[in-house]
Amino acid sequence: MYKSSPAQLVLEDGTVLQGKSFGYETPVSGEVVFNTAMVGYPESLTDPSYSGQILTVTYPLIGNYGVPDESINNRLSVFFESEKIQVTGLVISDYSFQFSHWNAKKSLGDWLIENKIPGIYGIDTRELTKILREKGSIKGKILFPEMDDIDFVDPNLENQVAKTSCTEVIRYGNGSKTIALVDCGIKHNIIRCLLKRDVSIIRVPWNYDFNTLEYDALFISNGPGNPQFCGETVEHIRQALNNERPIFGICMGNQLLAVAGGASTYKLKYGHRSHNQPVQMVGTNRCFITSQNHGFAVDSNTLGSDWEPLFVNMNDGTNEGIRHKSKPFFSAQFHPEASSGPVDTEFLFDDFLKMINTK
Amino acid sequence: MDKNIKKVLVLGSGALKIGEAGEFDYSGSQALKALREEGIETVLINPNIATVQTSEGVADKIYFLPVTPYFVEKVIAKENPDGLLLAFGGQTALNCGVKLHQSGVLEKYNLKVLGTQVQAIIDTEDRELFVKKLDQIDVKSIKSIAAENMEDALAAADQLGFPVIVRAAYALGGLGSGFCDNADELQKLAEKAFTFSNQLLIEKSLKGWKEIEYEVVRDCYDNCITVCNMENFDPLGIHTGESIVVAPSQTLTNSEYHKLREIAIRIVRHIGIVGECNVQYAFDTESEDYRVIEVNARLSRSSALASKATGYPLAFVAAKLGLGYGLQDLKNSVTKTTPAFFEPALDYIVVKIPRWDLGKFHGVSKEIGSSMKSVGEVMAIGRTFEEAIQKGLRMIAQGMHGFVGNKTLNIEDLDKGLSIPTDKRVFIISQAFQAGYTIDQIHALTKIDRWFLQKLKNIIDCNNELSDCQSYAELPDDLLWQAKKWGFSDFQIARSIVKNESEDLEDEILKVRAERKKRGITPVVKQIDTLAAEFPAQTNYLYITYNGTSNDVKYLGDHRSVVVLGSGAYRIGSSVEFDWCSVNALLTVRKMGYRSVMINYNPETVSTDYDMCDRLYFDELTFERVMDILDLENPQGVIVSVGGQIPNNLAMRLDEQNVHILGTSAQSIDNAEDRHKFSSMLDRLVINQPRWKELTSLKDIFGFVDEVGFPLLVRPSYVLSGAAMNVCSNKEELESFLQLAADVSKKHPVVVSEFVQNAKEIEIDAVASKGEIIVYAISEHVEYAGVHSGDATIQFPAQRIYVETVRQIKKVAKQIAQELNISGPFNMQFLAKNNEVRVIECNLRASRSFPFVSKVLKINFIELATRVMMGEEVEKPNKNEFDLDYVGIKASQFSFSRLQKADPVLGVDMASTGEVGCIGDNFYEAILKSMLSVGITIPKKNILFSTGPTKSKVELLEAARLLSEKGYNLYATGGSQKFLVDNGVPATLVYWPSDNKKPQAIDLIKDKKIDLVVNIPKNLTQGELKNGYQVRRAAIDFNIPLLTNDRLASSFINAFCKLDVDDIQIKSWDEYR
Repeated sequence: MYKSSPAQLVLEDGTVLQGKSFGYETPVSGEVVFNTAMVGYPESLTDPSYSGQILTVTYPLIGNYGVPDESINNRLSVFFESEKIQVTGLVISDYSFQFSHWNAKKSLGDWLIENKIPGIYGIDTRELTKILREKGSIKGKILFPEMDDIDFVDPNLENQVAKTSCTEVIRYGNGSKTIALVDCGIKHNIIRCLLKRDVSIIRVPWNYDFNTLEYDALFISNGPGNPQFCGETVEHIRQALNNERPIFGICMGNQLLAVAGGASTYKLKYGHRSHNQPVQMVGTNRCFITSQNHGFAVDSNTLGSDWEPLFVNMNDGTNEGIRHKSKPFFSAQFHPEASSGPVDTEFLFDDFLKMINTK
Repeated sequence: MDKNIKKVLVLGSGALKIGEAGEFDYSGSQALKALREEGIETVLINPNIATVQTSEGVADKIYFLPVTPYFVEKVIAKENPDGLLLAFGGQTALNCGVKLHQSGVLEKYNLKVLGTQVQAIIDTEDRELFVKKLDQIDVKSIKSIAAENMEDALAAADQLGFPVIVRAAYALGGLGSGFCDNADELQKLAEKAFTFSNQLLIEKSLKGWKEIEYEVVRDCYDNCITVCNMENFDPLGIHTGESIVVAPSQTLTNSEYHKLREIAIRIVRHIGIVGECNVQYAFDTESEDYRVIEVNARLSRSSALASKATGYPLAFVAAKLGLGYGLQDLKNSVTKTTPAFFEPALDYIVVKIPRWDLGKFHGVSKEIGSSMKSVGEVMAIGRTFEEAIQKGLRMIAQGMHGFVGNKTLNIEDLDKGLSIPTDKRVFIISQAFQAGYTIDQIHALTKIDRWFLQKLKNIIDCNNELSDCQSYAELPDDLLWQAKKWGFSDFQIARSIVKNESEDLEDEILKVRAERKKRGITPVVKQIDTLAAEFPAQTNYLYITYNGTSNDVKYLGDHRSVVVLGSGAYRIGSSVEFDWCSVNALLTVRKMGYRSVMINYNPETVSTDYDMCDRLYFDELTFERVMDILDLENPQGVIVSVGGQIPNNLAMRLDEQNVHILGTSAQSIDNAEDRHKFSSMLDRLVINQPRWKELTSLKDIFGFVDEVGFPLLVRPSYVLSGAAMNVCSNKEELESFLQLAADVSKKHPVVVSEFVQNAKEIEIDAVASKGEIIVYAISEHVEYAGVHSGDATIQFPAQRIYVETVRQIKKVAKQIAQELNISGPFNMQFLAKNNEVRVIECNLRASRSFPFVSKVLKINFIELATRVMMGEEVEKPNKNEFDLDYVGIKASQFSFSRLQKADPVLGVDMASTGEVGCIGDNFYEAILKSMLSVGITIPKKNILFSTGPTKSKVELLEAARLLSEKGYNLYATGGSQKFLVDNGVPATLVYWPSDNKKPQAIDLIKDKKIDLVVNIPKNLTQGELKNGYQVRRAAIDFNIPLLTNDRLASSFINAFCKLDVDDIQIKSWDEYR
C-alpha cells in the first residue's frame, strides 16, 4: 500500500483538514477555490486563470489517466493551456498512484513534484466545497508537519495578469487577416482555435498598446484575478472602441471590454468554476452548456447605453457576455475554447471570423 | 407546451423479461407523473399488474392488456387520446408504435406521437438508414452489411473478414446476436437470428475496444445536454447489460470525453430526437478513434441507471419535452431553483454490476457475450472505485463479500477463465491476483483497462496487509481506515484476521464493529445533489461512504423515521412485485405523518426514486450497512416484511441488536422460516402437512425414503424462489442434492418432505393484526403442485376448489396467524387433494402475489399491513373475494429465448423472469388475455403434441378433440399420436429426433410449419429425455409458442377454442367493479 507523508489544508477561518501529500512538499498559500469538472485536470492545472489559487477538485478520483507530454511547438503547448502548472496547490479526495492511458507520460504526482507544486489527497472535498460555498472563496494554505508555517496570501490583492501574461510580442500563423491578441494570461487553446481558422496572430503583453499595430480585429484573452489591475489594458481598449474593427473578448476579456464600455465588475461569492454552467442567449430560446473559470463578473445593470447583455447565466442570472448594439464588439464570460470542458460554443470563433471577413 | 393535448396514451413494456425489466416501470411512472402534473388525462396499457405504474392514482385509466398493435388500436378507438408516448415502454412499446405508424392506425385516429417522431425511431432502428444518417454528418459507424438471407450474410462476412458480429434488427438486448469466428458459426447463428428478425447485420468485430455511452437530452428548440456518460469495465464484446459499468467515465481524458460528447449531440440533433436518447460508442484504446455502435431513441436501462447515477430524472424530463417544453422552462428537480438545462456534476463514482441467475437453468452456458442474460442489476455509490465495486459485489447477493474474502471458486484454468468471460469473471480476476498474476498479465487476457485492474489490485494488497495482523488490537488505525475507504466490510476484515473459511462470522463482525466504533472509524452520509455541492440542495438522496469526514444530513433524533428495507437486485423470484410493496409501504408511512426512509440499491426500481420517500439511502442491505444507517437515523422502527427475502433474513440479527422491528416479531419470523421449527409447530397444532424429516444423517433420510417413497422435496431454510429447493426422483439425485443443499447454509437445517403428486396448489395472501386476520385472498394454481409458485399460472379468486377446502384453509391460516401472533403481511401455500388440505409453506412477509390480489380485489393489502405494523387499529374491509364478478389470472413470462441451451421446462425451481396479470369476465377470457400478454399467440393451423405421461394424455384429450373440431391440424409423436387416434382424434404421426425418420418433429419446427408446441415432459428428473429437450429447445430457438404443462395447455386451448380474439373485452381496470 502507498505510504504518503501527512499534509494539511488550513483555512483562514481556522478549519484544518488532514490529508496526505502526493506532490511537492513545500508550504504554500493562496485563495482556495473549487471546480466541479469531472475531467481535464491537466488543462485546469495549466490554466493561467488559476494563478494564485489553491484548486479543489470536487470529482474525487483524480490522476487516473496520468499526464501527457509537455512538449511545446512554435510557442504553443501541445496538450496544455500554458507552459507550466499555474495553480498554487491542488486538493483532491482520492489519488490514482498508478495511471493508465496511451497518451500518458508520467503520473500527476510526478508532474506536480517537477513543477514544485504541492498536492494533497484524502480530503473530504465535498465538505470543503460546502465551506467555500457558504463562506465564499477563502484564503488557505497547505502545510507539512516538519516544515515552517507561512502567512495567508490574498492573490486578489496582486496583479495576477502581469504574472501570467507574456512579456514580449509573439507572432503565429500566416492567414490573410491579422488579429491583435491581448494576453492577460491566455489559455493556449484560444490561440489554437483561432489558428484553426487560418488567421495571423500578434500576441502582445497585457499592457502593450496594440493600437500602434496594424490589425484587422482585436481579441482580449482570459486571465486571472481582479480586472481592476488592468487599467492600462482598459485604456487601450477604449481607444479601439472608437473604430469599427471587430473585437472579441473571453472571460477577463469580457470584463475588460465591459469596463472599457463603462460598466463595473464585482467579485462573486465563490465564482463559477465548472464544465456545466448553463447560459442562455438573451432574447432567444438558445441555451448552451459552457466551461467557466472566473471569480469576478460584470454587473449587467451598469452597462452603457450602447451595450446589451449577450448571454446570461441560467443558474444565478449573472452576466455571461455582452455585445455592442451597433458595432461588431462582443464578448463571453465563459470559455468557448473549452479545454477543458464542453465545446458547444466554439461557433463564437466562427462568428468572430465572419465579422472580420465581412468588414 | 402544446395546449391541445388533453389525453395521452402511454404504452408500457409488459412482463419483465431479460433485456426489458423494471427500468420501464420507473420510466413509465415518471412519464405519468409528468403528464398528471400538467392536468393531462392519462391512459396506460400494460398487462404487468405488479408494477407501480399500474397502481391507483398513477394513471387515470389502466388497461391490463397485451401491448400489441391489435389491442392498442382497440384502446385507441375506445379512448380517443390526443397524444401517444412510445419511448417509455422499452422495445415492446417502440416496436408496437412503429407498427401502428406503418399500418396507418395513428393517422386514422389522428393520434400525435409526442416527443421523438416515428421516422426518427426508424432511422435509428434500421441499420442501413442509420449508417446513412451518420454518414451525412461525418460520424463513423461500425461497418456493417445488412443481410436478408443466409447467402448474403455469408458474403458479407467474407467481405468484412472474420471475426464478425451478427445482430438482429429491431431486437432488444442483443436478442439473436453473437460473435462468429468462421462461416460455420455464422451459419448456425444466422439461422436462429432470422427467426427473430428478417434483417441481420453483419459487422466487423472490434473486440477489446472500450465501450462508452452518453445519455443525451434534446428539446424542440434544439437545446441539447448530455446528462451522463458511462464507461464499461468490460471491453467491447460484452453487451452493456452484461458489463460492469461505471459512471462517469474514468479513463477518458478531457479531449476524449468531449469529443464523444460533441458527436453524441451532433447525432441527436441530426436524427431529430425530442426527449431522451442514448448513444453507444466503441472507443480505441490507443488513439481517439471511435465508432458509433448504436443509438436508442427511447428511455432504456442505461437511462434509468443514468437517472439514478446523477439524480437527473431523465424520463420525467423527456415526457415534459414531449409536451413541447424547452429544457430552460423546467427546473432541476433536486435544487428546485436552477434549470433542468444543465449537466450534472458528480462527486462520487457509481458502479453498476449485473445480476445473473444462470445457475437456475439446466444446460445453459455460463459464458457472457453480446447477448443479454442477466436478470437484474445493482448500483453502488462510493468516493473511490474500490469502495463502490466492493459494495456492488456484495449487493448482487450471491454469497460474495466483495472482491476478496470470498469462498474460493473451483476454477480449473485461470487463463481461460480470464479470457472467456463468464458471470464469475470478476471473481476469477481476484483469484488470479491472489495466484500471483500481474496487472499486465490480466490485462492481456481480459483487455480490461489497466486502471480498473490497478484499483482492484489495491484491494488485494490491502487484504494482504490485513492478513498480516493476528488480532484486532494489532490492526493499525491507518490500515483499518484504508480498508474501510476501499470498501472492506467488517466481515472481510474479520475473515482476513481470523483466517477462517467458515461463513459463520457473525460474532466476529460485531467485534470488528465495536473495535471500529471505539477508534472513531465510522462512515458518513453524503447527498447526491447533481451539482457537486456548488449550490445548496435540500436533497434526500443519500449514500454512505468512508471517504469523508462530515455528514451532509443534520439528524434531528426525533424518532419520526420509519425505515423500509427494499428488495435489492431483481432476480428470479424477487422483482417488481416487492418494489410495489416497498413503494406502498413508504407511501403509507408518509401518509401517517412519519418520515419514510428507504434503503435499496436497485437502479431499476421506483422505490429508489427519491420522490417516493422522505429519505433514500442508495446503499447496501447488509447487516453492517443497515446498522450504520439505523445508528444515524435512530428510527421509530424498521419494516422488514415488504422487500422479499433479503430484509426478512435480517430480522433476527437486527432484533438481537435491539432494533425495533415493526409488526410480526423476529422470533415468529424465525419460527416460520426455520423449516424444522415450523414443521414441529404444525405437528403441535395438529395441522396437516406432507410427511417430513429433518436431515441429520443420510442413513436417517433413507429410512424416511423407504417410508414415503420417491419423489421427494428437499428444502433448506430461508429460501425464496426455491434457490436450493429441488425434487429428487431417485437415490442418486437425492444424495448429490443433499450435498449441495448442505453447502448452501450450514446454519439452517435441511428438511426433506414427501412430494404429493397431482395435488392442487392453493395460496393465501393475508394481513393479520395481533394474530387476527384482517383481510385475505385465496388463489388457486392452474397447474398441479410441482410447478414453482412463481412460475405457476394463478387464478384469483380461486375458481375450482371445494367450499370445504376454502373453509379448511381459512381455519388453518387463522390458527397459524394466532400461534405466530402475526401483525403484518403473510402468505401460506397449501396442497389440496381429495378435499384434504396440507400446509407446505408459510412466509411472514409480503409475497410475490400481493400486488396481484390487491389490484384484483381492489384492497391495498400493503397499506393495511403497514398501518397494522405501525400499530394502528385497522378495521376489516367489508368486501371479500366472493363478491367479485370477474377473474384475475397471473401468468408467467419466461426468457428462455435469451438463455441459449437452457431446457425450457418448469419444475420446483423457479425459472420465470416476470409476470402479467389480466382481468376477464370469466376464466377463459382472463387466461386468453394473460397468455397473449406473455407472448403466446393463438395458433393459425398446425399444432405439435407430445403429451408425455398417460395422465397428461388424458388431461389433454378433450382439448385435442376441440382443436380438431375447430379445424386445426394435429401432429403428434409416437405414443401421443396413437393415443389420439385410438380415441378418435385424427393426428399425423411425426418422429422424435432419435428416430431418424421423416416427418421429423424438429424439421417441422425449423420450417415454421408449427404454430404451437405442446410438449409435456414425462417426469421432473434433470436428465429427462433428450428428445423432449430437443423439441422444446427448437420451439424456443425458432420462436414458436411452447407449453409444457398439461393443465395450462388444456386451459389455453379451451380458451381460444371457445372464445374468439374479437370477443375479448376492452375494459379498463376501473370498469371491473
